[in-house]
Amino acid sequence: MGAEKLLVIVVSAIFINNIILSRFLGICPYIGVSKKLGSAIGMGFAVIFVLTIASSVTYLIYVLFLYPSTNNFWYWITGKMYDLTYLRTITFILVIASLVQLVEMVVQKISPPLYKALGIYLPLITTNCAVLGISVLNIEENYNFIESTIHGFAVGIGFTLVLILMAGLREKLDLMDLPKPFEGPAIAFILAGLMSIAFLGFAGLKF
Amino acid sequence: MELKKEFLKGIYKENPIFRIMLGLCPTLAVTSSVENAIGMGLAASFVLLVSNSIISLIKGLIPDKIRIPSYIVVIASAVTVVDLVMAAYLPSLHKSLGIFVPLIVVNCIILGRAEAFASKNKLFPSIADALGMGLGFTLALMLLAFFRELLGNGTVLGINILGESYKPVLLMILPPGAFLTLGLLLGFFNFMDIKKQNKEK
Repeated sequence: MGAEKLLVIVVSAIFINNIILSRFLGICPYIGVSKKLGSAIGMGFAVIFVLTIASSVTYLIYVLFLYPSTNNFWYWITGKMYDLTYLRTITFILVIASLVQLVEMVVQKISPPLYKALGIYLPLITTNCAVLGISVLNIEENYNFIESTIHGFAVGIGFTLVLILMAGLREKLDLMDLPKPFEGPAIAFILAGLMSIAFLGFAGLKF
Repeated sequence: MELKKEFLKGIYKENPIFRIMLGLCPTLAVTSSVENAIGMGLAASFVLLVSNSIISLIKGLIPDKIRIPSYIVVIASAVTVVDLVMAAYLPSLHKSLGIFVPLIVVNCIILGRAEAFASKNKLFPSIADALGMGLGFTLALMLLAFFRELLGNGTVLGINILGESYKPVLLMILPPGAFLTLGLLLGFFNFMDIKKQNKEK
């Protein structure tokens, strides 16, 4: 247990259940931002940053406010248990949207160079389904606080890895002589399919 | 006639998946069988219909600065309704769609139509737009799922089409099949467009 389980979570989040290639979350930025290596790196780091924070914050909110237990905030105040889990979707999306906004302001204040590098990608992340998806997955997999945070971070790494690989390939692809109908997104999807086949090889990893 | 135009544009000319390329995540994830595709398409269409109608009704009340959060709240409420109703009446479909039901909230088609159409138009055009876009989305999902299920499992809607001797291409049901099928279909639609343009010249 402990460190061993965390290692399994990290490896499976990066390679086996890669967020893009096998869970199909965050496809829009994957196709949209992968044309240039520079912007892919920027987007990747912004996603790691937001995913890690969002995983831990949404987990805490779920446990403290929504899930009926004796650790619940409403239980401390009223002495009764309220099952508010049906508010999960609406709470998470609002928390994520405000969180992204907050992160943007804090980064702008604390580290202008970092803001300059990540700035334009941060607002786009609100509608990146990876963030909401991972928050929901953390709850459904019954992860605890540390596991959720690590999972969020590892998923971010997996996202960045695939995004950067894809950007590198697409920069090369620009120089190729492609059939006209397949220029642009069409060939990007076929490329993604081939990468996904390659990543299927990791599915054989057993712990 | 205006309504009919708003309705029809979603199906081919501005098809959300093949033309504007929005809402790709659920598209790829749920199309491993036609049944899931129909379920997802109808769920998203319902949310789109509710959010488009409500937003077109309250567009005058929402201050411009907080319009996106307000739209998201409307959409998330509709999604919660769909989520709970589906869990109660169609538990097996709910299970196979998994986290993609709550993820309808971040489906760009819905927020996109709210921002681009419902916030500027009256109720009835917004309803027509939602129905057309929803139908276009559902049809596109079904088309993708048709190829994937047929080649990957030899069936359509669970009915065996290709006979017992057909050896299924498992790859089509697995994640790579989704990317490859969508890529090839996009290429095909682009090809048809280029052919049509050449003819007009």
